[in-house]
Amino acid sequence: MENQLKVLRAARNWSQNDLAEKLEVSRQSVNAIETGRYDPSLPLAFRIAELFALPIEEIFVSPNRHSSKAI
Amino acid sequence: MAMSKPFRRYNMRVVWLSLLYSAFLIGAVYSFKHELLSGFAAYAAAILPALPVIGIFAAIGRYLVEEQDEYVRMLMVRQTLWASGFALSVATVWGFLESFDLAGHVDSYYIVVLWFGGLGLGACINRLTLGDSGRC
Repeated sequence: MENQLKVLRAARNWSQNDLAEKLEVSRQSVNAIETGRYDPSLPLAFRIAELFALPIEEIFVSPNRHSSKAI
Repeated sequence: MAMSKPFRRYNMRVVWLSLLYSAFLIGAVYSFKHELLSGFAAYAAAILPALPVIGIFAAIGRYLVEEQDEYVRMLMVRQTLWASGFALSVATVWGFLESFDLAGHVDSYYIVVLWFGGLGLGACINRLTLGDSGRC
């Protein structure tokens, strides 16, 4: 799933390790989410949204919205 | 990959269970070689080496419950699914070959060896498809 995690993290000058510590997950998890190789569960997506104080849909791009754009 | 506390606990459990397995196996082989046991004691001694192996399966299950990192947990689940699919597939093919007298008899506990090999296969597939091999 496409997302803005890398942009949001970079805007705060956080490394992947910094973000991983704040979310209490591994750096590999952060990397997998940022690169779209892994879609986080709803509880983790909420933790990410709360950390950045943003609605989930401003961080994660809905696959439906993405596919409708393609059409 | 830094080890999480649950993974360290899993490692410790596997180390202790492996030591226990070695002790039970050596004891059983020695006892049967020297014909020291019979009846119930013989059955008990024969089954004892299996218990730590079952314990390792339980340790993997416990690790999956304790691991809080959902991505790492998913990698391990994928590994165990590949291991199960691989071991069961080879066992099924071998079973039919054996039934039709096209292959010799292999003791069924070798399925476990295949299963642990399958964990390695699962790690390779995780690495190829997700870029992370996971733990194990």
